[in-house]
Amino acid sequence: MAAEYDVSALRVEGLWKWFGPRCPRCSTGREEALERNYCPDCGTVYALRDLSFRLFEGEVLGVVGESGSGKSTILNCLYYDMEPSAGAAYLSSFEGGESDVFSVSAQAKRTVRNTLLGKVYQNALLGLKMGFSSISNVAEKLIASGDRNASRMEARAVELLGHVNIPPYRMRENPEFFSGGMQQRVQIAKALSNNPPVLLLDEVTTGLDLSVQAKVLDLVKQIQRELGISMLLVSHDLGVVRMLADRTVVMLNGKVVEAGLTDQILEDPQEPYTQELVHSML
Amino acid sequence: MDAMLAIEGLGKTFSVHQLGKRIKACEGIDLAVAAGEFIGITGRSGSGKSTILKLIYRSYLPQKGRAWYRSERFGPIDLFQTSERQILYLRRREIGYVSQFLNLVPRTTARDSIEQAALEVGMGSERAREEAERMLRHFELDEELWDSYASTFSGGEKLRLNVARAMVKHPRLLLLDEPTASLDERSKGKVRELIGKLKAEGTTMLGIFHDLRFMEGLCDREYGMGLGRFVSDALPVAGAPP
Ligand SMILES: Nc1ncnc2c1ncn2[C@@H]1O[C@H](COP(=O)(O)OP(=O)(O)OP(=O)(O)O)[C@@H](O)[C@H]1O
Ligand SMILES: Nc1ncnc2c1ncn2[C@@H]1O[C@H](COP(=O)(O)OP(=O)(O)O)[C@@H](O)[C@H]1O
Ligand SMILES: [Mg+2]
Ligand SMILES: [Mg+2]
Ligand SMILES: [Zn+2]
Repeated sequence: MAAEYDVSALRVEGLWKWFGPRCPRCSTGREEALERNYCPDCGTVYALRDLSFRLFEGEVLGVVGESGSGKSTILNCLYYDMEPSAGAAYLSSFEGGESDVFSVSAQAKRTVRNTLLGKVYQNALLGLKMGFSSISNVAEKLIASGDRNASRMEARAVELLGHVNIPPYRMRENPEFFSGGMQQRVQIAKALSNNPPVLLLDEVTTGLDLSVQAKVLDLVKQIQRELGISMLLVSHDLGVVRMLADRTVVMLNGKVVEAGLTDQILEDPQEPYTQELVHSML
Repeated sequence: MDAMLAIEGLGKTFSVHQLGKRIKACEGIDLAVAAGEFIGITGRSGSGKSTILKLIYRSYLPQKGRAWYRSERFGPIDLFQTSERQILYLRRREIGYVSQFLNLVPRTTARDSIEQAALEVGMGSERAREEAERMLRHFELDEELWDSYASTFSGGEKLRLNVARAMVKHPRLLLLDEPTASLDERSKGKVRELIGKLKAEGTTMLGIFHDLRFMEGLCDREYGMGLGRFVSDALPVAGAPP
């Protein structure tokens, strides 16, 4: 039995995702075959290359890296928006962490997605049905997670939307007319609706005004403190990660270049790439 | 092992890749702190004092040497080999650190930031609230500021808040990096008073002080950084007979 500080909520092992046919040269997995994450011979893009990490219970794990480094692809694979090319992932809340969630039945995958995970998409258009009210958007996830009681669902949706500060008189509006910050908050309410043990956050604050960013970050911090949900927090903004993450993983070209305590990554980065990233922030 | 903390052969050299430079911050440091002892580190600027504390706290990646620490939860461990998860646990529950620079949680009120620190060590919410108020009062922060964001505070107010956050936990081991620098005499006195209180409670302390005279009577031994050894034992207790 692992001690309470050492229980992983999610464990990812040897995750690969490539787009393209692969050729004998690049399928050896050798570094020299690629230009960044791309094989010039066959045009295959390697979005993730042999990625492994653990997300501990109650922890916020930051994932940083430049555009195209593979951050969103991790979340896409974990939320079944995309099929991984190889690798395994284990959720402690699913079959005692014994089963690889990538290789279970389609029905089991639906259960994992609907009851054990929540996700906030980088692009709100993907996370929300813009033509339906905010209440319906949250209820959709509740229905998926097995709730059938209309009045209870509505009450829960109202409660969650209130929690993320959507004023009651706007809850029946379609999010298409909301500001970016409000859309993100509706996404967060939706992602939280099934009380997921693991929350996947993809650039929750990107593209928002600074003051709105701060409010969304406050919300994430508050959720973390009150509910103790484990979060995988993807961001290209080191400031966001500094504020929220206990540990941080730095990605480049589909690989982890450096991982460590967040303050250590920021104050004493080891790799040339991480040093550049950190110094460009300061 | 009698010591609460024993540093052996500690060394750190930074590599700054873009500049192709290597900076040796410290080397061959041996130093032991007994349980309940308060050791002061002195030395000129750039001599590597802060680097030692940051290595112990693991804000810097350890490179050379060992840092034996007698943990309440884990027993004797080498902080340089301990897992990140254990370090995070120790930071919450056992080891406090007051930075030379102001690093307060953004967008958190003074009251909340102290309260959260207290909650981390497992204090009940009522008690945490009381302790937070006691700290705010002790450091004479204006009541108007209690519920304001710390980011709007003056340098000295922030520093006092920093110290309060670390001290409200009554840590087993407290690392202090110039906690009184840039404070006025009155606030310095307040910090000193709390250090005295923690010492009486048995907290082990390792602190960097520009001017150790101010800690007279509290600090047990002085470690001179440039010299790489202890330069004085048992600083005279103020007012004690010669
Ligand atoms: N459906 C796809 N088809 C082909 N290539 C893709 C696809 N999705 C992602 N990629 C490629 O995989 C790599 C990783 O993309 P990903 O979206 O994960 O990056 P990211 O780190 O999230 O970047 P950003 O910070 O811009 O959001 C990129 O080179 C991208 O072009
Ligand atoms: N994160 C870092 N990266 C590169 N060099 C550093 C870093 N931290 C400290 N140094 C260097 O190490 C030396 C010792 O610094 P420091 O421990 O802060 O000194 P002190 O606290 O004694 O003034 C200095 O030359 C400083 O520039
Ligand atoms: Mg992305
Ligand atoms: Mg210093
Ligand atoms: Zn190829």
